[in-house]
Order: sequence, then C-alpha cells, then structure tokens
Amino acid sequence: MNLNSGDTAWMLSATALVMLMTPGVGLFYGGLVRKKNVISIISLSFIAYALVSVQWVLLGYSLSFGPDIMGFIGNLNYLGLREVGLENSDLTMPELAFVMFQLTFAAITLAILTSGVAERGRLSSFIIFGVLWTTFIYDPLAHWVWGGGWSARLGALDFAGGTVVHISSGFSALALSIVIGRRSGFGEYDMEPHNIPMTLAGLALLWFGWFGFNAGSALAANSLASNALLVTNTAAASGALGWLFASWLRAKPSSTGMASGAVAGLVAITPAAGYVDPIASIIIGVVAGLLCYRAMLFRLQRGLDESLDAWAIHGIGGLWGSIATGIFANSSVNGYSGLLYGNLEQFSVQVIAAGAAMIYAFTATLVLAKIIDVIVKLRVREEEEYVGLDISQHGEEAYA
Amino acid sequence: MKKIEAIIRPERLDQVKEELERAAFKSMTITEVKGRGEQKGITLQFRGQRMTVDLLPKIKVEIVVEDERVDTVVKTIMKAARTGRIGDGKIFIIPVEHAIRIRTGESGNHAI
Repeated sequence: MNLNSGDTAWMLSATALVMLMTPGVGLFYGGLVRKKNVISIISLSFIAYALVSVQWVLLGYSLSFGPDIMGFIGNLNYLGLREVGLENSDLTMPELAFVMFQLTFAAITLAILTSGVAERGRLSSFIIFGVLWTTFIYDPLAHWVWGGGWSARLGALDFAGGTVVHISSGFSALALSIVIGRRSGFGEYDMEPHNIPMTLAGLALLWFGWFGFNAGSALAANSLASNALLVTNTAAASGALGWLFASWLRAKPSSTGMASGAVAGLVAITPAAGYVDPIASIIIGVVAGLLCYRAMLFRLQRGLDESLDAWAIHGIGGLWGSIATGIFANSSVNGYSGLLYGNLEQFSVQVIAAGAAMIYAFTATLVLAKIIDVIVKLRVREEEEYVGLDISQHGEEAYA
Repeated sequence: MKKIEAIIRPERLDQVKEELERAAFKSMTITEVKGRGEQKGITLQFRGQRMTVDLLPKIKVEIVVEDERVDTVVKTIMKAARTGRIGDGKIFIIPVEHAIRIRTGESGNHAI
C-alpha cells in the first residue's frame, strides 16, 4: 500500500492523544489515594511510561509484532527496531508511526496495573516487575491478538485492546494485589480519596485520549475511525450514567462513581469500537457501568485490596466488552457479525480469546510477582508505609 | 470545667469519635496537626543511610467537660486511640475558666 498523508497525520495525532492517557491514569489514581501517597502513584504512571518506552524500542515491538513463533510470541528480528523501516506493505503510514502508536498502548497498560500496588509498593521492585511484566505478559498478549498469533488466527476480534490492555492489566492488578497483600489498616478504618477533583481531571484526560486509542486503532482516517470515535463517546456517557444511577439507589450519587462508570464504558467499548453501531454502544456502556459497579462491591465484600479498582473496571469491563463484541458486532459496520445476527461462532471465539487472556494474565502475573517478592520484596517496610510513599520512596511531600 | 486535649493517630479518629459518642460525648473540635514525641518521629533506613521524618501527622481532639466527667472521657479516648505502639499520642487536661454559648448567652456548665 502507498503512504497516505491523511492516514499518517491522523496516526501521529492519535498517538499524541493516547500518550496523554497515561498521566490521565496517574491523576485518576492520584485523587483516590491518601495525600501521603499521591506523588508516588502519579510517578508510577510516568515511570511505567518511561520504562515501556525504552523496552518497546529495544525488545517489546519485536516480541509483539515480529514474525510469529508458534502463535505465542514474535521473534527477535526487530530487536532495537532493526529492519523496521519507514515503509511497510501492510500500512498506509510509515511503520515507525505504528511502532510509536503501539508503544503508547503498552505503556498505559503497565500504568493501569499500578492500582494493585498502590500506597504500599516499593519503587525499585516495581521497576523490575514492570519491565518483566511488559516483556512476558503484555508482549505475548499483544502478539496473540494483533501480531498474527493464535487468537488472531482463530478469528477473535479486539479492535483496540479489550483483551490486550484491559483484561490483562485488570486481572494482573488483582494477582499483584493478592501477592503484595492488603494495605495496613485496610478494612479497619476509612481510606477516603484525598482529592476528587484530581480524579475528575484524570477522567477528562482519559476520555479525551481514548478517542485516539479507539479511533486511531482503525489505522486510517476513514469511516471506521469515525464510527469508533462516536461509539467510544456514547459508551463512555452511558457507562457514566449507568454507574451514577445504580449507586444512587444505595446512597448519594458520587462523582467518583460517575467517573468510574465512564471509564468502565470506555473500557468495554474498546474491543468493540470498530465492529458495533451506536445503539449497541449505548447498551455496552450501560451494562459496563452496572457490571463494574457490582464487581467493585463484590471486591469490597471479599476484602480484596485491589486498591483502585483496576480489576473491577478494566478487568471486568474488558471481559464484558470482549464478549459484547461477539454479541453486537454488526456486519454493516466492518463486515463482522455477532450472536445478535445469528453468528454463534464469533461469540464462542470471543469467549475463548477473552478467557485465555484472563487466565494467562492472572496466573503468569501471580507467578512473576511471587518470584520478585521472594527475591527483592514487592512491599515497603511497615514504617515506610505508615509515613507514606511520597516521603519514603521519593523524599518529597505533595502538600508541604 | 476542664478541657481535654488529645493528640491521636489520624487513623484512630473514627474509632475515638464513635466511642466518645457511645459514652454520650458529642461535642468536640478537631484539628489536623503535626508533631513529634521523644523519639523525634520515625527514622527510615535507606541503603544504610538514615532519614528522619521528624514531624508526623496527628489529630488534635479538644473536648470541654464538667470536672467529674474527665475520667470517663480520658478512659474512652485511651481505649479507642491505643495501639500499644510508639506514636499513640498524649492527653492533656487543662482547667477552663469560663464557657459561653454564643447563640443563647448561657454560661458555665450549661454552655458546654
């Protein structure tokens, strides 16, 4: 295919949009933690971005998009972006633009899973964990779905990363939080969010950046990208309203609930954005808001301290979105049809692909986290946790 | 009348409030403060280096009560705020000369 300047311009812009989502995650999480840990949690997002930026160029792109090895992972042909030129016969943009676009996806995924170590993770151990997690868990998952791996060959649909980004980060955060243990005092006293407007500012960046995330995944400036952008917005709005009203039945409708619902809607539409129509996106969003809200209540009931709900929102939202793609895919959008249009096979394939990603992310992270914990300890010492990670890990205070 | 001034761990505030309420003490004033005791805060070890966090966040609870109820308040606060570890805080008891309720002009024990 020939280079197309319109596509190239859109992809460069979309990449910049997606980049903003990682600090968005940082601010979203930053508002939810206690004020002694806000520098720590925002920094973790930036550190995740920096780590993956380097890993992706050296190794990650090759493992994800290099020539296939047994459907599981890419080989090392593109190590250090060797042989990655400006032109690629499958793309209408320079391949380097695609490399950079995909880099921002890998980076935000690691940022999302910092929820599992919030307010208690050791910075140095997280750096080691982050590099290994991206290499052994994100890269294979990206290869399965987008790099010509088994999941792609099976015909699984994942437009912008419902399995790769959201199921993987959500279920990994859960595994990580189980290995590292609950925050001290969890369940004994309230750990209220310290700055809700900060969380809402984070939501704004996420919502905005998500247009690049989903519409950019069309890899072209065309009608598919337009469909993706529209359904992304409707699903976010529907998710926000769904969670808002569901929580209203129990108590006052909180803004953090509304924000969580919007993210749940965004997560759920991610795999579906290029396959479903706007009406379906309303249903996907509302169900995501209700389902993720239930998942959060379930987590609290079970006393699980997956502190900032990456599992409830990204894990469960991603699972729902991947399955919903198999239900609502409409052939008039992109040629694929789902259960609603009588295609049982697509539905089954979606369930298999989502289930496999969930099991792989959870178990592989459990093993990796346990190994790292035994060798270098994932968690800070008790007195470091007590004074807060801002002081103990960074020597800084957010509000002096 | 006495003022009871308790410096407690921030994470015990909910417990202290609850226990005081159960013992029928509803009025109080709360301030976020920083402070240290004899140990001068907490010393963290970092690669062999020591780093001292010398002022830790605490909560100051102030309650004014009749003389004969001081013991109950002190016991209630001690029970709710105590973890048995360094940093549990202190309680000070200070005589109060007079008290006036601004809205009604009542004074003395009626005002507290």
